[in-house]
Amino acid sequence: TLGRTGRRFFQVSVALKQGQVTPTELCQRCLSLIKKTKFLNAYITVSEEVALKQAEEAEKRYKKGHSLGDLDGIPIAVKDNFSTSGIETTCASNMLKGYVPPYNATVVQKLLDQGALLMGKTNLDEFAMGSGSTDGIFGPVKNPWSYSKQYREKRKQNSHSENEDSNWLITGGSSGGSAAAVSAFTCFAALGSDTGGSTRNPAAHCGVVGLKPSYGLVSRHGLIPLVNSMDVPGILTRCVDDAATVLGILAGHDSKDSTTIQDPVRPFTLPSLTDVSKLCIGIPKEYLTPELSSEVHSLWSKAANLFESEGAKVIEVSLPHTSYSIVCYHVLCTSEVASNMARFDGLEYGHRCDSNVSTEAMYAATRREGFNDVVRGRILSGNFFLLKENYENYFVKAQKVRRLIANDFVNVFNSGVDVLLTPTTLSEAVPYTEFIKEDNRTRSAQDDIFTQAVNMAGLPAVSVPMALSTQGLPIGLQFIGRAFCDQQLLTVAKWFEKQVQFPVIQLQELMDDCSSVFENEKLASVSLK
Amino acid sequence: MWARAVHLGLRAAARGRRGFTSKADPQGSGRVTGELIQHLERLSLVDFGSQEAVARLEKAIAFADRLRAVNTDGVEPMESVLEDRCLYLRSDNVVEGNCAEELLQNSHRVVEEYFVAPPGNISWSKLDEKQPFSHH
Repeated sequence: TLGRTGRRFFQVSVALKQGQVTPTELCQRCLSLIKKTKFLNAYITVSEEVALKQAEEAEKRYKKGHSLGDLDGIPIAVKDNFSTSGIETTCASNMLKGYVPPYNATVVQKLLDQGALLMGKTNLDEFAMGSGSTDGIFGPVKNPWSYSKQYREKRKQNSHSENEDSNWLITGGSSGGSAAAVSAFTCFAALGSDTGGSTRNPAAHCGVVGLKPSYGLVSRHGLIPLVNSMDVPGILTRCVDDAATVLGILAGHDSKDSTTIQDPVRPFTLPSLTDVSKLCIGIPKEYLTPELSSEVHSLWSKAANLFESEGAKVIEVSLPHTSYSIVCYHVLCTSEVASNMARFDGLEYGHRCDSNVSTEAMYAATRREGFNDVVRGRILSGNFFLLKENYENYFVKAQKVRRLIANDFVNVFNSGVDVLLTPTTLSEAVPYTEFIKEDNRTRSAQDDIFTQAVNMAGLPAVSVPMALSTQGLPIGLQFIGRAFCDQQLLTVAKWFEKQVQFPVIQLQELMDDCSSVFENEKLASVSLK
Repeated sequence: MWARAVHLGLRAAARGRRGFTSKADPQGSGRVTGELIQHLERLSLVDFGSQEAVARLEKAIAFADRLRAVNTDGVEPMESVLEDRCLYLRSDNVVEGNCAEELLQNSHRVVEEYFVAPPGNISWSKLDEKQPFSHH
């Protein structure tokens, strides 16, 4: 199996510098792949002209030998809940269909300033509410692994004779479009958002790296907010080194986001750990739930054993309030959502209904037309918890429980644990037909179980693909680090990634004329004819 | 050593199922009265739209009720994970702006430099909506 090392930004950057491939060629190949993989529905908007123009500019820079850095000329995609100047930003909702922001989100601007090529805006659950990327107005996103050789061969073995496409798998969510875009090689990195696991969950299901940085490290300016106290921009890439590169570019104080810390931050390169004997890995026992699939459990054990066999100290730890975490998250999330969604009233931007009877009637009709059931449901729940008679018993209570949950992590890290190792998801990706049997809230409550506590504590966490299931589908594991120790977290993740050598997805039919660029281990020396 | 402890844990967990799934949720608390529905719709300016939506709220409340089991005596509410840091304040200087035209472009109804709203001070009642009354 091919290793993941071949597809680092650095390798591509070298190829670009050496003229083995031009930014325009790279851009065109990605655009071609986007067209070929249109059925995945990963993209809402493909910004072809913008990307080609950016490629042209990158090319000029490379010709002069003035590349901006590792990301110059690299195709990237952005989840459609980040504002992009001049490019429609919809949040997969009727409320913002046709909305064209007049500014770039800070993280988008930072990527553009580094010369990255914006390929397009990716699909998501409406307003990032969901764990499947199935509940947006542009339809669900399909997991590229549904079409992989690895999965298809296993299905043939089990003699499934139904229509090839009818049982396609979900990507997970809510940043499913971004995860699928990266997984299917249509871009080298994508931005997602992570409020309760929305970057890590689809990363695990799509076999890519999904990083949730520490809260306060990366600016949220321009990220259409869901839960102000938990949202962070997420990073999706095909390898840990690339995630670190992107984080290095995005991290840092932003005067436009007062929740960003002021500590100086510098881009960093991850060391290649050879010795893990000084590392202490914590395994939270409460994460071993009955719902955890035996395959994920077994891989989790295998990973822990791997660290132990290489000399690391692996200990069981306790996060006692784990079982209340999802409930706490549910109350705080819906409450903040109720507040954040209040800005959508049809007056200054977004959808506006036809009625002109009164302001309130206009607001109500606009919001009924603009929001789907999931969004409306969360607004109503949130406002219930915020009612005067409920405020103390629900909202404030949840805030207190949040402290207990955050403290659980502090206690564990104070006891000498460097990094926690947990599953990311309960199982591998499930078929869409299976997923939609339960409603959005139920699914979110189930699927966010390992991921949302991290958001409540504001900690950094990363999902790293480990291995394929018996069905040939990716399973990822999550590493959780101390606050603002993102670099250390990624260092451990990188070591793990190297150990497990997760296989490359085989999308043969799509790859004919692009295989040499993306599959060959040594990109720098590849022929692109 | 840790592996054995975790393995035993799995057996224990399987015996005493802690229900995380919706199957363990009690059905509804019956707390969502007609009056509450109207009140919430008025506050949220979104409507339930269906009995299903009301049922979902009931489930959401029942789910949230589980928090009662947690002892939070003497625990302060946590508003932000960055509570130990000072909030950054910018200096009170105008550094950008003059983009009225750009901002007005995103609205459906503008007159000169104004966003145009329908008449205010009219209480929203769903009955009214059934007799639309244009003020053009």
